[in-house]
Amino acid sequence: MDVQDVPQDGNATLGGHRKAVYARGAGGAIVAVESAGWEAEEIVTLQAVDVFDAYAKAARARVVAGQSSPLEYWMYARRMDIATFAQSCGVWRWRIRRHFRPAVFARLSPELLSRYAAALGVSPETLRALP
Amino acid sequence: MSADFQHRHAAHCESGTVANLLNHHGLPIGEPMAFGLGGGLSFAYLPFVRIQEMPLIAYRVPPRAIIRGVRKSLGVHFRIERFSSMAAGEARLDALLDQGQVVGLQTSVYWLPYFPEDMRFHFNAHNLVVYGREGDEYLISDPVGEHPVRCHRDDLNRARFAKGMLAPKGTLYFPTAVPGRDIPPKAIRQAIHRVAWSMLAPLPIFGAGGIRGLARGLGRMDRGKPDSLRLVGHIVRMQEEIGTGGAGFRFLYAAFLQEAARPAERPALGEFAERLMDIGDGWRAFALAAARMVKGRDPFDPPALAEHLFALAAAEKGFFTELKAAVS
Repeated sequence: MDVQDVPQDGNATLGGHRKAVYARGAGGAIVAVESAGWEAEEIVTLQAVDVFDAYAKAARARVVAGQSSPLEYWMYARRMDIATFAQSCGVWRWRIRRHFRPAVFARLSPELLSRYAAALGVSPETLRALP
Repeated sequence: MSADFQHRHAAHCESGTVANLLNHHGLPIGEPMAFGLGGGLSFAYLPFVRIQEMPLIAYRVPPRAIIRGVRKSLGVHFRIERFSSMAAGEARLDALLDQGQVVGLQTSVYWLPYFPEDMRFHFNAHNLVVYGREGDEYLISDPVGEHPVRCHRDDLNRARFAKGMLAPKGTLYFPTAVPGRDIPPKAIRQAIHRVAWSMLAPLPIFGAGGIRGLARGLGRMDRGKPDSLRLVGHIVRMQEEIGTGGAGFRFLYAAFLQEAARPAERPALGEFAERLMDIGDGWRAFALAAARMVKGRDPFDPPALAEHLFALAAAEKGFFTELKAAVS
């Protein structure tokens, strides 16, 4: 890639930032160049973001329908799958899944609730409900 | 307190952090040289390791390998500390900054609020430099950012002590003994040899073999399953989005080879750099074709993408075989 071919597509996913890309300049020296983004990157970044947005949206619908607890919503809203979440809070996966049941979630001990809340970066009160 | 620190924008967090720390300690070294001496280039495809539902695909060596490689090649000593509690890690960082020390940190990406929202994913092996503190705000030189930023104590603590895979455990590091500016030619050649050797490993998960393994996986994919397109997007993300300098670190490594030709006393490395730039263009073409399919502009055609990868695997195999011979 030559310096003049470095994409400057202005990716929305970069939030106005620019990234460093290496390309061949005049005279053949390979140098770092600022890039405002490449559309190919934007497409795949948004794809990954959308996956978790869709999970969170589906979880929200389940919570509203009384089929799941807000814990599931918050997990996806923080872009975690259940494996990542289990590692972050140190609770077994099957136990977390059990706490997705609204009735079980309602009886959760304050200690466990704050442990979940800390791993998700929200307050225990916030975790009790949908935003 | 803040030390006089020069921020320099880099493509990759680990090589950028190491290069900027060494510069601060009087060793003039750019990101490509740090990346090359650290033996940063690689390829790994581990379908049995799943992260956030996706297989592990990496165009680089595992986290901390670049620091280790630089330490070995240059004889630089880094002091590396880990902490069992957040309070201890926070106190130690503050104490070092108060002494005027510039400190490298391992952190999560997700919990750094200055990152663009769409780039915040749970990756725990990000690297950055802290060069000072004003009250409860840390002054941060994040090498993948254009400019230095500030980050509140609570946010940085959370990012330093995020749990899960590759948990940073508050890891901080700084060089303690930096040798003279001359890099031994043999050290450079050995670093190149290491990379070439690992790229030629006779396994379907590493190096050129790993690229072939991924190609086979792609070719076998069921194009009707939604996860198939997600995997295609995931490959491109690992290659382009996450601070690789373009083409999955191939352009960055080419910059290193070009720069290394003279100090390694192997003028032919300049031509190898050119060839690797061309291979990198092939990776970019693959990424573009894949992204167009993800977006639905082109029909989803896994065998065509697999063909791309088989060609790249063959090109890299030939390239690294000759590169290995050139530095032996």
